Formats: sequence, structure tokens, C-alpha cells
Amino acid sequence: MSLAVRVIPCLDVDEGRVVKGVNFVDLVDAGDPVEMARVYDAEGADELTFLDITASSGDRATTYEMVGSTAEQVFIPLTVGGGVRTVDDVDRLLRAGADKVGINTAAIARPEVIAEITHRFGNQVLVLSVDARRATDQPSGFEVTTHGGRRSAGLDAVEWVRRATELGIGEVLLNSMDADGTKSGYDLEMISAVRGVTQVPLVASGGAGRLEHFAPAVEAGADAVLAASVFHFGELTIGAVKDALRLAGHSVR
Amino acid sequence: MSDSGPRPSVAVLDYGSGNLRSAVRAVERAGADVVLTSDAAVAEAADGLFVPGVGAFEACMTGLTSVGGERIIERRLIADRPVLGICVGMQILFGEGIEHGVRTEGCGEWPGTVERLQADIVPHMGWSTLEVPEGSRMFDGVADERFYFVHSYGVRRWLLDTDGTPFTAPHVTWTDYGTDRFVAAVEHGPLWATQFHPEKSGDAGRRLLENWLATL
Repeated sequence: MSLAVRVIPCLDVDEGRVVKGVNFVDLVDAGDPVEMARVYDAEGADELTFLDITASSGDRATTYEMVGSTAEQVFIPLTVGGGVRTVDDVDRLLRAGADKVGINTAAIARPEVIAEITHRFGNQVLVLSVDARRATDQPSGFEVTTHGGRRSAGLDAVEWVRRATELGIGEVLLNSMDADGTKSGYDLEMISAVRGVTQVPLVASGGAGRLEHFAPAVEAGADAVLAASVFHFGELTIGAVKDALRLAGHSVR
Repeated sequence: MSDSGPRPSVAVLDYGSGNLRSAVRAVERAGADVVLTSDAAVAEAADGLFVPGVGAFEACMTGLTSVGGERIIERRLIADRPVLGICVGMQILFGEGIEHGVRTEGCGEWPGTVERLQADIVPHMGWSTLEVPEGSRMFDGVADERFYFVHSYGVRRWLLDTDGTPFTAPHVTWTDYGTDRFVAAVEHGPLWATQFHPEKSGDAGRRLLENWLATL
């Protein structure tokens, strides 16, 4: 198999600044997304994901500036999600220097936007970001949430991915809201259930805490593994995660 | 290098939306003075022409035609002046593309069809190893490196036969994905192309772009 499993650090950014847990000792400015991106690039990250949590959706000028300065200095793929609603939002992010754009709530509210975006830019630019958790009242046992997991969207998560795949998404970023922050491992059953209904690449997110957590996510069906805090706090390095994957028999870069 | 100075000039052809900023910066980083343009005169005058491309084959051909891109490429090649096509910018150099059952004519620099990949998971997204032929200049120093791909279509059969002809045989680089196998790169006189994104392939991509600039 010539394709490597991708290891992806995710950075939360607010008004152009990295927030939430960054403590690299040798950083001049741990809040600078460009500097963080450079560090992860040097460590061997295969892609970077920025999640824009800027509260005011009116003015995202700082976001575009941040994407632009990162794209000018870091030459690995960059996905930007958070607050993306329209074809114009996607156009601006791509022009700023994003390679892929994540969409979440806006696609739930108006699924047609998936086709609108992919008809213009191709399927490969659009990542469906799904915040899902276990729920006994949904057929698959998993439901979609919004507002950082605080609200149920009343949608079956597996069915939603199946439908969005039909509508044309190019990738799924599946975040387990139950596992997120627990450091007890990815939700393997959720990964496996989603893998069964989509033929686009699947990125596993939520729950990574130890080196041995990554290979099982790949074996459950993930094409890429994403983590945030374990990388930001220096608990795990990208290199160590890749070594663990390699030892488990998976190709890495 | 060219006669115009220590840094060659490269025009990045702007014929639609997408992430052109990375392309411009990556080529600058590799050592060229870069201009983003849709002006034919500028695109023809530069030492090298970089042809990007994302999205659908048909949309890319429409965009390319709207800026006279086919003619720009053709005029450069007649004059033996380098052109580098990237991703869909490589695909449109082939004879035709078939997407969702719709056939679109390409530039026809090489015979062949751009068609949907035959794999369980599509797009092919991520870093793949390559099968680089002997004598490649493009991959000098990076033949064993991985490069970043993101595409759902590819050229699965190479049709140009130069045996018994006076024409130079191209160097064709392949990659595989699942059980499928397709063209990853072509070097053919002044016309080079890659299915992957050197501008997104870190240091390996930088070296590849430096190898291209060395031919300008």
C-alpha cells in the first residue's frame, strides 16, 4: 500500500490566535498559528486543521489573514473549518490559502449547500465535520450534535454521513463528543459504523490519549487520525504516533 | 537557469478560483520570481509556466479556454519553453476527461483518458510513494519520498507509443492506490506534469520545484 495514514494536529483559533492548551517551551509565541503550524510541519504532520471558533461571524478578516500567512509559510495541506456557511465563505478560504474547508452546522441546516460547494470547487475541497455521540434513540446508536455537543441535532449520525456522501462531500471528520477530552481512546464502534456507509476518506477525532490509541482507529476504518491537546501539551509527538502506527503495520510518511 | 538573471521568472496561470497562493509561494520558495496572471503575453514571456487546476475537468477546461490557455501552452511548447501542469492542470493536458458520464476534450498533448479512480475509498487523499523511472530529472534526489495527492480521477492507461518513432520517449512515473494504478507524473521535453501537489508536499515538493526551475 503506497498511501500513508495521515496524522493531523488540530488547532483551535479565535480571532486569528491559537487558543486552548499550547505549551511548547521553545515557542516565541505559542498563540501564533503560523509558528504552531511550522512546528507541526517540522515534526512531520501530514496536514493541519484549523478550527475557527471566532464567536462573531460577521467579520472573519483575521481568519483569512491567518490562513494566508500560514499558507505562505507552511507547505503541507491546510483544512479550515468553523463558521463556514456559504459558497462565498469557501471561495474566500480557498483564495486565502486553505486546501480544504470543513462544514458542520450549516450543512445540517441546509444540506443543499454541499452540492453548491462541490459543484463549484470539486468534492475534494469539502470536509463534512460531524460532532457525534452515543444515543439510544437513533437507529445506529449515534446522533449528531451541535453547539459543541450541547444540543442534539435530532439526526442519526451514521445516516447523516451516508446522505452527505451522496450529496458529494470529499471527506468526513468524525469527532466523538463522548470520547473528546477523555484521553481514553477513539470511539472505535462509531468509526466502524461510519466507515460502513461512506466511500470517502474518514478522519477519526476525539479521545486520543496514548500511543496505542491510534492504530485501532485505523483498523476500525479511519484513513487519518486527528488529535489536539495531546500534541499541544507535548504529551505525544507526531513522530512517536507515527512510530506506533508503523510498529502496528501501517504505512506512515 | 535563464539569461534574465539569477532567479528565473515563472508565471502561475490564473484561470479560476482555488488555492493559488500556495502555488505562488511554493515556487517563490524554490527560487523563482513569480507572477500570478491570466494575461497571455505575460504567461508566454515567463521562463516557466505553472498551470494549476482544481475541481472538475470540464470546469477547468472552460476556465482554461476563457484565458486562451490552450494556445498559451501550445505556443510555449513549440518554442521549447517549459510548462508544468499540476493536478487537474496535468489532467487537462491529456486527450479527454470523463466525469459523471460527460466527455470533455482536453488539450491533447498526450493521448489518454482521465477517468474515475477504481478504489474503495475516493478521493485518493494523502501522501503516496511513487514508481520513478530511470533517468528522471524531476525526481532527482526525491525518488523515494512521498508526495501529497488529492484527486478522484486519473490517467489509468498510458497510450503514447514512441517506439520506432523519432520522438523522445517521456519519463512516466506511476503510483498505486488500493488495486488501482495511475500516472503520477510525466516529464516530456519542455512539458512536465504531476498528479500530486508539489506545492503541498513539504520539502520533497520544494526539491521537485527546484529541479523544474533548474530546467528553465
